[in-house]
Amino acid sequence: MTLTPVLTAHWDEPDSYTMQAYRRHGGYEQVAQGLAMGPDALIALVKDSGLRGRGGAGFPTGMKWGFVPQGDGKPHYLVVNADESEPGACKDIPLMLANPHALVEGCILTSYAIRANYAFIYVRGEVPHVHRRLRAAVREAYAAGFLGRDIQGSGFDLELVVHSGAGAYICGEETALLDSLEGRRGQPRLKPPFPAVAGLYASPTVVNNVETIANVPYIVRNGSDWLRQWGTEKSPGFKLMSVSGHVQRPGVYEVALGTTMRQLLEYAGGMRNGGDPKFWLPGGSSVPMLTAEHLDLPLTYEDMAAAGTMLGTATPMVFDETVSVVKAVTRWLEFYSHESCGKCTPCREGTGWITGTLEKFEAGHGSEHELGMLEEICGQILGRSFCALGDAAATPFPAALKHFPEEFLAGTHTAADVAFDPAAATVLPAGATR
Amino acid sequence: MSISETTRTELAELAGRYPEARSALLPMLHLVQSEEGYVSPEGIAACAETLSLSTAEVAAVATFYTMYKRRPAGQHHIGVCTNTMCALLGGDALWDAVSAHAGAGHDEVSSNGLFDLERIECQAACTHAPVMTVDWEFFDRMTPDEAIAVLDALESGQEVRSTRGPAVRGFRAASRTISGIDDDGLTAEGGAADALMMATTTAAAERGIPAADGGPASGDGPIGKVTLT
Ligand SMILES: Cc1cc2nc3c(=O)[nH]c(=O)nc-3n(C[C@H](O)[C@H](O)[C@H](O)COP(=O)(O)O)c2cc1C
Ligand code: SF4
Ligand code: FES
Repeated sequence: MTLTPVLTAHWDEPDSYTMQAYRRHGGYEQVAQGLAMGPDALIALVKDSGLRGRGGAGFPTGMKWGFVPQGDGKPHYLVVNADESEPGACKDIPLMLANPHALVEGCILTSYAIRANYAFIYVRGEVPHVHRRLRAAVREAYAAGFLGRDIQGSGFDLELVVHSGAGAYICGEETALLDSLEGRRGQPRLKPPFPAVAGLYASPTVVNNVETIANVPYIVRNGSDWLRQWGTEKSPGFKLMSVSGHVQRPGVYEVALGTTMRQLLEYAGGMRNGGDPKFWLPGGSSVPMLTAEHLDLPLTYEDMAAAGTMLGTATPMVFDETVSVVKAVTRWLEFYSHESCGKCTPCREGTGWITGTLEKFEAGHGSEHELGMLEEICGQILGRSFCALGDAAATPFPAALKHFPEEFLAGTHTAADVAFDPAAATVLPAGATR
Repeated sequence: MSISETTRTELAELAGRYPEARSALLPMLHLVQSEEGYVSPEGIAACAETLSLSTAEVAAVATFYTMYKRRPAGQHHIGVCTNTMCALLGGDALWDAVSAHAGAGHDEVSSNGLFDLERIECQAACTHAPVMTVDWEFFDRMTPDEAIAVLDALESGQEVRSTRGPAVRGFRAASRTISGIDDDGLTAEGGAADALMMATTTAAAERGIPAADGGPASGDGPIGKVTLT
C-alpha cells in the first residue's frame, strides 16, 4: 500500500479549503499540543521524524531549524517558499488551493519552534486564486485566535503575512527570495552566511517549502515514528507527486517515498498508448532525465542520486515516443536563459550560448562539433555559477545526449518538427479529461 | 493618469503590514498597476514617496519582474504556457491559434485593446497541460477551439469562468486581488479541487485505502458533520 492520503485526504470534500473542514478532521488541535511541548521538543520531534525539505534539495528540516541561534536577542523569521515555478512541479499550488489551513497551522508550529513572531508566505504572483484561499485561511485563523496576540492564551504572538511575488523563477532560490521579500530585485546572495544565521533583515530566518511546513501539524499529531512508517531510513515519509505528461490520468498522487515510477504509472492509468515512457524526469526540469529502464527504482533521495539524477521536487514529467528530446531540452533551456538573473557571467552568458546552439539542432542545422562544444559549455557552468540555477541549466542537455545521442545527430540535418510531428504529441481533444 | 488619494492610503496600509516598510514594494506595485493598468511613472512615484525611496530605486525593482507592465495593458491578460510540458501537449498550437485570432504577438495588445497576449512560463499546472490563463486564472487543458471560444465570449461581454476559479474580471481587478489589499469575495469560487487534483482520493477510494492523516474521519470530528452541497 503506497498511496498515503494525508495532505490530500479530504480534497474530495467541497469545502476542504475552509477552517470548518480542516477542524472537522482534527485540524488546529496540534496548536495547543505543540505549544505545550515547548520549542526545543518540537525541533527534536521534527528531527526524529527525519522529515526532509520538499523544495527540491531535501535538506533535513529539523536540522535546519536547529541552526537558528537561540537567545541571540534578534528577531527570528519564518519564510515559506510558495514560489513554485520549477517546470514540472505542480504540488504546492494544488495544496494551497485545497488545504491551505495545513500550511497555516504548520506556520504557527514552526514559528513557535524557531522562536519567530513574524512569518511570511511568499506566493508567486501569477495565481490569484491561491492568494484568495491562503488569505482567507489566514483571516479565519486570526479570527479564531490561532494567529495574532497571545495565541490560545499561551503568551505566544505571531503575525502571518501572505506576500505576492511578481513573476521571476529565480525568486524561488531562497536568498533571492529574501532580497525580493525585502522589496529589491530578486538576485541571490552569497552563502555563507546562511539564512538561518543572517536571512531576512539580516536576522536568523528559516526558509522552508510549502509542503515541508504542511507536514508539520501531522507529525505533531501522530509522532515521529508515524512518519517513519513510510519511506526509507534516509527518505522517511510521504510525498505529493504530481504526474504530468502522456499518462492516462495526470494528477497529484500522494504516495510513500520509495514508490516506483512504475507504480505511479499504474495509479495514473498507464501511458496513453500503453507501453513505457520514452523518457521521464523524477523531479522538475533541473534534474537529469531517466528512461524506461529506470521505472522500477524507488523514488527516494538516495536511489535517485545513485541513478545519477535527483529526486528534486518529486513531480515526475513523463513523455512518450512522440516527443523529440531535442525539442524538449531546447525549450527548457529557453526557460533557463529567460530566467537567469544576470548576476554572474557563466550562467548569464552560458545559458544564452547553450540555447542558441540547441535551437540550431532543433531546426536541423546543428553540426557535430557543436555537440562537444555544448558539453564543454555545460561543464563550464556546472559548479562555477553563483547559484543553483546555473547548475540546473547545465543539466538537461548532457543527460539527454547520454540517452539519445542519435537524436542530436539527426539535428544536424533534420528539424525536430519533421522527425516528430508536433500534432502526435498533443493530448487534446482525444483523451481529454476535465 | 494619476494615483488617487484612496490608493495612496492603501499603499501606506500595505507598507504597514511589514516590520520594514520596503518589503511591501511588490504588492504595492501590483496595486498601482491595478489602478492604471500598468506601472506608470506616477505609480512608481507614489510607491517611492510612500517608502521614502528614489523613483530610480523603485523603477529598478519594477523592471526586474515580468508581471509589471510598462505600457498600458489590454483589458484582459491572456497567457499561454509554452514551457516544455504544455508546449508539447498542445500549448504551441494553442498559442498559434490565440495569437492569430487576437491579431497580436507576445507582449502585444490586440488592436481593439481587449487582449494583452503573453507566452508564459510554467504555471505549476503541468498536470493540467496545455494551460491558458485569463487575468491569471487557470483555463486548464485547453484546445485551440475552446480558447477561441473564450476570446469570443470575452469580446461579446459574456461571463467567462476559470476551470478552477471564478469568472474573470479583467487585468486590473486581478492585479488588485494579487496585491492582497482586500478580500474580493471570490474565495469559494471554482470548487475545492478538480478531478486531477483529486487523483489521490479517487485512486484511494478505488482501492479501499482510508485516509492516513490520523485525524477523525469525516463526521466524527469536534466540529460536526459535513454538509455536502
Ligand atoms: C532557481 C531555484 C528555484 C527554486 N525554486 C523553489 C521553489 O519554487 N520552491 C521551493 O520551495 N524551493 C525552491 N528552490 C529551493 C530553495 O532555494 C530552498 O532550498 C527551499 O525553499 C528550502 O526549503 P525546504 O528545505 O523545505 O526544501 C529553488 C532553488 C533554486 C536554485
Ligand atoms: S547562476 Fe544564474 S540565476 Fe544564479 S546568480 Fe548566476 S546569473 Fe543569477
Ligand atoms: S509547463 Fe505549462 S504549466 Fe507547467
